[in-house]
This record gives sequence, structure tokens and C-alpha cells, in this order.
Amino acid sequence: MGIDFFILMKSELSLMLIIFLLLIIKVQDNGIKGTSLLNFINFVLLLNFVFGFLFNQTGDLFNGMYHTNNVLALEKNILNFGTLIISLQAFDWLKNHRHLIEFYVLLLCTLLGMFYMISSNNLLMFYLGLELSSIPLAALVNIDTEKKKSSEAAAKMILSSAFASGIMLFGISMLYGVTGTLNFNEMAPMLNAGSHLQILSFIFVFAGFAFKLSAVPFHLWTADVYEGAPVSVTAYLSVISKASIVFIFTTVMFSLFQKFAGMWYNMLFLTIAITITIGNLFAIRQNNIKRFLAFSSIAQVGYILLGLSSGTGMGASSSIYFLIIYTFSNLGAFGVVSMVSAHTGKENISDYKGFYTNNKMAGWVLAISLFSLAGIPPTAGFFGKMFLVSAGAAKGNYILVTIAVLNMVASLYYYLRVVKAIFIDQNDTPIVKIQSSNSLRIALAVCMIGIVCTGFTTGLFEYINSMIGK
Amino acid sequence: MVNLSILLLVPLLTAVVVLLCSNASQVRWTAFIGSLIQLGLATSTMLSYMSDRAAGNTNQMLYEYKHTWFPSMNIEYYVGVDGISVAMIMLTAFVVVTGILISWKIEKLTKEFFFLLLLLSLGAYGFFISLDLFTMFFFLEVAVIPKFLLIGIWGSGKKEYSAMKLALMLMAGSALVLVGLLCLYFNTYTETGHTFDLIKISHLHIPIEAQRFIFPLMFVGFGVFTAMFPFHTWAPDGHSSAPTAASMFLAGISMKLGGYGCLRVATYLMPEAAHEYSWIIILLSTAAIIYGAFATLMQTDLKYINAYSSVSHCGFVLLGIGMLTKTAIVGAVMQMVSHGVMTALFFAAIGMIYERTHTRQVAQLGGLLKTIPFIGTIYIIAGLCSLGLPGLSGFVAEMTVFMGAWQRPETFNRVATVLACASIVVTAVYILRAAGQSVMGPLKSEEFKGFKDATWNEKLASATLMIAILAIGIAPFWLYNLVAPDAQLIFDNLTRVIVAK
Repeated sequence: MGIDFFILMKSELSLMLIIFLLLIIKVQDNGIKGTSLLNFINFVLLLNFVFGFLFNQTGDLFNGMYHTNNVLALEKNILNFGTLIISLQAFDWLKNHRHLIEFYVLLLCTLLGMFYMISSNNLLMFYLGLELSSIPLAALVNIDTEKKKSSEAAAKMILSSAFASGIMLFGISMLYGVTGTLNFNEMAPMLNAGSHLQILSFIFVFAGFAFKLSAVPFHLWTADVYEGAPVSVTAYLSVISKASIVFIFTTVMFSLFQKFAGMWYNMLFLTIAITITIGNLFAIRQNNIKRFLAFSSIAQVGYILLGLSSGTGMGASSSIYFLIIYTFSNLGAFGVVSMVSAHTGKENISDYKGFYTNNKMAGWVLAISLFSLAGIPPTAGFFGKMFLVSAGAAKGNYILVTIAVLNMVASLYYYLRVVKAIFIDQNDTPIVKIQSSNSLRIALAVCMIGIVCTGFTTGLFEYINSMIGK
Repeated sequence: MVNLSILLLVPLLTAVVVLLCSNASQVRWTAFIGSLIQLGLATSTMLSYMSDRAAGNTNQMLYEYKHTWFPSMNIEYYVGVDGISVAMIMLTAFVVVTGILISWKIEKLTKEFFFLLLLLSLGAYGFFISLDLFTMFFFLEVAVIPKFLLIGIWGSGKKEYSAMKLALMLMAGSALVLVGLLCLYFNTYTETGHTFDLIKISHLHIPIEAQRFIFPLMFVGFGVFTAMFPFHTWAPDGHSSAPTAASMFLAGISMKLGGYGCLRVATYLMPEAAHEYSWIIILLSTAAIIYGAFATLMQTDLKYINAYSSVSHCGFVLLGIGMLTKTAIVGAVMQMVSHGVMTALFFAAIGMIYERTHTRQVAQLGGLLKTIPFIGTIYIIAGLCSLGLPGLSGFVAEMTVFMGAWQRPETFNRVATVLACASIVVTAVYILRAAGQSVMGPLKSEEFKGFKDATWNEKLASATLMIAILAIGIAPFWLYNLVAPDAQLIFDNLTRVIVAK
């Protein structure tokens, strides 16, 4: 265990360090003001994010259970970045919160779990990370302990997530029984797409993933949990949690289940078609903006899967690229929603009628984020969607592409409904002018810069693409 | 040497400066000056294009500029112009300047209004100059959302419904284009992989099976933009709910994006499929011409009259493209330019009338020529141009389309041509009736007497458009000479396939 150990595990170690630091502060409990504590935490998270770019190295640890390389480091940086932005956005909500430190401890624990999960090269390690990332998340959903809806959401989440883990674990145990190993590299060549038992276990693992990704028909928990959770936690669920699952899903599908490629393409084909369609159709009917964003995020997952379904390096890199853009766009939208929710408690789309009259900047930020989610140029979302769709089209299945593209039109309808509420609809009592905190403004500004610039910076996509290769 | 990217930079900069302005007057002047500079640039592009061509430059595209955008997918920012694009750029520049002049009095959210107008024009310029299909598609979609907001925020009547309908239908159109685009992309094989490069693709041979699949997607997709029957339903609602300048942009520029796309992308790149599907295009465009004309007869609202007649007139564009002869293609392009200018003038006149009378119902208007003679005259001139009076642009364009169409001797095409020609009679009926009832005749209401005639900005805008109409009508040869060589090129591409068979 030399210096290499610390360098390879640096993202995880630095997170653990922060968690311990927070626990010590909690134990001391010397009455530091919430705002200064938050500023401190945000600063530490920023350092953590910057640190993620330094000393990246490729290598294995723990007898090949843990693996890291440049792509994984980039993926961890994306997650770090998203967490930082969410933390900045949570400022207004958290500054007087009783469980401020617990919030961050739980949050970073889940992040740690995700890091282990995406770095795993072994099904056991993967399962461990998955659990570490989902159990504290249920506690996070219920961080506003006095809210009944939150408790309901948390119960729903922990139960259904345990169920999904169970199914997945069942699949994993069967795979172990068949191959006698849990290591990805050793297991992959031993798999056989002709064996019925293996197909069954693959389906179980796939279903577990689909559940975590909230792909239809495993999506039913999503909307209720998103609605019940505090806005920042919802944002975390819909961006960070989802992104981490997509990353490990890519690894598992592309390297472990390579021999099942033909089969998972067919399964994905069906999943994508119904995920996008159902997500969109349900999003149209929502009035709660969090539920609305929940369903829209279900549809977005469909597009990510569309890119991945190609099974090529282009698919993987465009999904990472899209997730970066998705982080910017979705967090831009959630930033405004959390601002409005923290100051006025309003969370319905109809409350946003006439929003533009008093909140010009916030109105534009929300609208531009939604345009980016809808994939309208010149926002970055256009490029993200384009690359995903064209990666999917490379397979030559134009039925799927047509379904996806026509769904983009349907999705535009509900995004425009919100835009219409902001700009066009009349309201006698619009939301008053909101004085947001500086950290929220910084977070939103970063998201806006990301949305406007990511598409035009050629370098980012090419950088990801060159790292992934074929 | 002309740098085409400046054509994109100027509207972009103007839009940014507009956002920084502090009051409405600054916003107006910035937008106006920006669009004037743009008009100057467009004119100088046209002049230097003509002189370069006269000097014997025979490159297919002039002033090309290439910058690789996403190397791994061969996506390039690739711009260049030929005669057709130059004509379209000129049209856009004219409509933008006059549109900004006409909306001088916008009081509500002035800054946002002009910002969106400029964004819309940016999309149009980008679309007309790009030679890379990805870039082209990018600009096509840039132009959609500003329309939604322009209609939704500043519109009148059932504006929310119209705005949503327009945005969704246009997005559906562009979705079809996108599928076609991707399919086309994966059917191009060059030494560097697949390509979006329009010129390169035109030299490649796309497999006929692929063409059969892609061509309808592309043509219908772009067709939605140009209000092709039966996908025209967004146009009447959208036009009539939009504020004046947005109507002008919609009919003058936005519908031309579709026509240009049908010609430059669908027909040019997939000549075999164009031949095979030609009869469907002719059928649909003839239907649009006749249906549009008769639907106009039933309208009582000035804007609806013009909107439905736009459907009919844009049918001529598609008819010209569908006939696949050189003259017809030239006619289609001329009709695009002519209709763009004419309909912009029409909507401007209607906007001016509406601003004063607060009604657009023909039955409630009358005798306007007595109180506001300038505006009344503008309306009549636009109407005469629309019904194809010789000496004005409409006649030249429609005549060229008919002549081109007549070159196709098959009975089916002949019948279509005759029917399309006959629609002019209907056009004359509705135009003369609308003009006669609303502008001429006795004064309908006492309050009409107090109206002030056009202000300086309105006069300037109308005069600019009127000059363009007259110029095309009296001296059609310069537009013809500009467009004809490139139409010949497209035609050659179409016939090459036939000969090869």
C-alpha cells in the first residue's frame, strides 16, 4: 500500500475526509451560524471538485475490485460538480435548517457510494456502492422530518429500492453460481447468451438497473418520491443519482454483458420506446413542477439509453456529454424552483403564471434551462440530444429514432406550457420579486454559462470521445 | 473578399447590444441601425457576388469558409453562397429592416421583442448561408422558439393556441427533417467517414432505396415550414395572431426556409426520388393553390385573407420545385422572393390599419382611402401584386412558374398547371373584394375621420418594400440572372440521373 493507493482512491478519500470533518463539527456543536457553515462547506466542496482534476491515474486496487481511469475520474468530477451546484442552490433552504450537517453527511455518503459503484470492477463492490448510495438517500428524502409527504416519499423509496436491489442481487447470485466469479473481466468471457439461466439472471440485473434509472415500467416510485422530497434532494435524485447509475450501467452493459449485446439491444429498444413516450405523456398532465420535472427526467433517461443502445464508443461518449449538459440544464431549472420554493413555498406550475413580471432574470434562467432540456438550439441541450440520437441512428433502426424524435415534439409541448406560464399567462398576484442569495446566483450563472457555451466548445465532446475511443 | 460569418455576427451583436440598452428608444435605434448595417452587408455581398460571377468565377459556391466543429462526426461550420442564397439573404435583410421599422411603437417589453426578432433573423441568415446540413438544421431550429414567444406575448386573438400550434407543427416538421438528415448522413460514405457536407453529398450517389425513404421525410418536414397542404394549418392561425412584425417575418422569411430546404436539400441531394415523387408534390401543391384560394374567399378577417392567400402562393413555390424544370425552379425561387416582399408589405399595411381602426373585419372597414390615403394605397398595391398585376413582382414570378410548368408535356402536369393558372381568377376575386370593401367605398364609421396617416417609420418601411416589388416587377432580369445559373445546376443534377438511367 504505497502512495499509489492514495492517488488512485483520492476522490473517495477526500470525500471521506470531508465527512469526518463535518461529523467532528457536529459533535463540537459550538453554535456556528448556518450561513458561515454553509459557505465553508461550499468552499470545501469547491476544493474537492478542483482536486478531482489533479493526479489522475489508471489502475486497480483490492485485487481488481476497484478500478479507475481518466474516464471514471471525469465521471466523478461531473458528480462532484453537480453536488457543488446543488449545495450552492440549497443555501436559502438550509441556512436555518436544524439538520444542516446531517444533510451534508448523508449527501456525501451517497456520493461516496456512487464513486465506489462507478469505480467497481466486481459485482460485489458494485452492489456495496449501490446500497451505500441509495439508503442514505432515503434518509435525505425525509430530512424535513416534520413533513408528512416527505416521510411517505422516503418510505416509498426505501421499500421499492430494497425490492429492486433484491431482484438485482438475485440475478447477481445466479451469475455467480454459473461462473464462479464476480470480477467483470473474469466473468465476461464465461458468459453465454444461449443459456436460459444466464438470460434470466441478466434480465434480473437489467430490471434492477431499469428501476434505479426509473425507466418505464419501473418508474412508478419516481414521481411520488420527487414530489415529497425537498427540492434540493429532488435535484440530487434526478441528476446526480441518475448520472451515476448511467455511468455504471454503461460499464456493465458494454464490458460485462458484451455477449448479450443483441439481446440487450432488443430490450433497450422496447424500454426506450415506452420510457420516452410514457414519460412525456405523464409529464403533460402534471401541475406540480417537481412531479413535472420528474416525468421529464424519465423521458430524458430514455434519450440517454437511446445513445447507449448503439453499443459504440460514440454512444458512451455522447451519453457522458449529454449528462454534463443535463446537469447544467436540469440544475438550472431546479435552481429556480428551489429558490421559489424556499421563499414562497409555491411548487405548482400555475403559481408560475406571470412569473416574468417580477423576476426577469429568474424567468429567463428557467426558460432557457427548459429549452435546453427540450433540445432547442442554440442551447447545449440541442447538441446533447443530437449526438445521442445520431449515435442511436448509427444502428440503422429508424423506427426507434423516429419515435424518439417525435417525442421531442411532444416534450416541447409541456416545456412550452411552463414557458407560457412564465411569459404569457396573466396573473393578478404573480410571485413577488425574490431576493436570492449570492450562492444561488453563482450556481445559476454557472448553469447558464454551461448551457450557452457547452455546445459551441468543440473541445469537450472531442475530449470525452478521445478518452473513450472505440 | 466577403466574409459571410459577419452576416451572422451583426445580428448577434445587435441582439446583445439590445439587451444592454436601458430604454425603449435606445433599443429601437440599436435594432434599426443593426438591421441597416445588415442590409448594407447583404447588398454588398450581392454586388460583389454579381461582379465575381461576371468576372467569370464559376465555382459552385462563393466565399466559402469552413471550420470543423465536431471532428469525430465530421460536423462543420461550413458557409458559402450561390445566387439562390444571395437572393434569400437580400429578402431577409429587406424584411428585417422593415419589420423593425413597423414595430417602432411596441411598448410592452420592447427589449425582449426586438431581441427575439433579431434572434429569428439570425436563424434565417444562418440557414440560408450554411452548406453543412447539421449547421443548417441548427439554424432552422433556432428560428422556431422566437416565433412562439413573439406570438404568445405580443400577439392578439387566440394567441396562445396559435403560438403553441405553430411551435409544435414546425418542430414536428423539423423532427422529420432530423430523421431524414441522420438517415442521409449514415448513407454517405467518403474517405473520412460519413459527412454532412451538402456539396460533397451532391456528388455522391445516395442509394435509391435510401432516397425513397429520406426524400418524403425531408420534403414533408421542410414542407411544413412552407405551409404545404395538408400541413398548412399552423399558418393561418399563426399569421393572424402574430404581431405585425412577426407576421412579416413568418410569411416573409420563415416560410421561405421551408421552400429553400425543399429545393436545396431534398430535391438537389436526392434527384431520383424527386423524380419518383414529383407527382405527389404537384398534386399537393396544386391542392394547396386551389384550396388556399377558395379558403381565402370565405375569410372575413384581413389577416386571415392574407394568411390563406399565402398558403396558396407558397403552393406556387412547391409547384415550381415539383415540376423539376429549370424555368420552374427559377420561378419557384423568384416566387419565394416576390411573395416574401409582397406579403411583408401586405401584413405591414394590415398592421397599420389595425393599429388605427382596432378591427380587421372587412365588414367593419370601408373608405379608408379617404382618411388614410397612404396606407390605403399600400394595401391596394400589395393586393395588386398578390393577384399578379404585370409590372409588379408577383406577375413575373408566377408567370415564370407557369412557363416552367408548361414545359412538362404529360397530361397530369398540364392539368395541374391549368388548374394552378385558373386559381389566379379566384385570387383576383378575393383581393379586389377585400380591397374594395375595406379601403374604398364610403366611410364606414365617423371615428375613421380622425385617423392620422402613416408616420415616418411606416412610410419608410412601406416605401422600401414597394421599391423591391417594383424593382423585381420592372427589371426581373437581374433576379433571373442571379438565380438562373444555380437553378441550372440543380436541374443538371436532376437530369444527370435520368440520362444515367
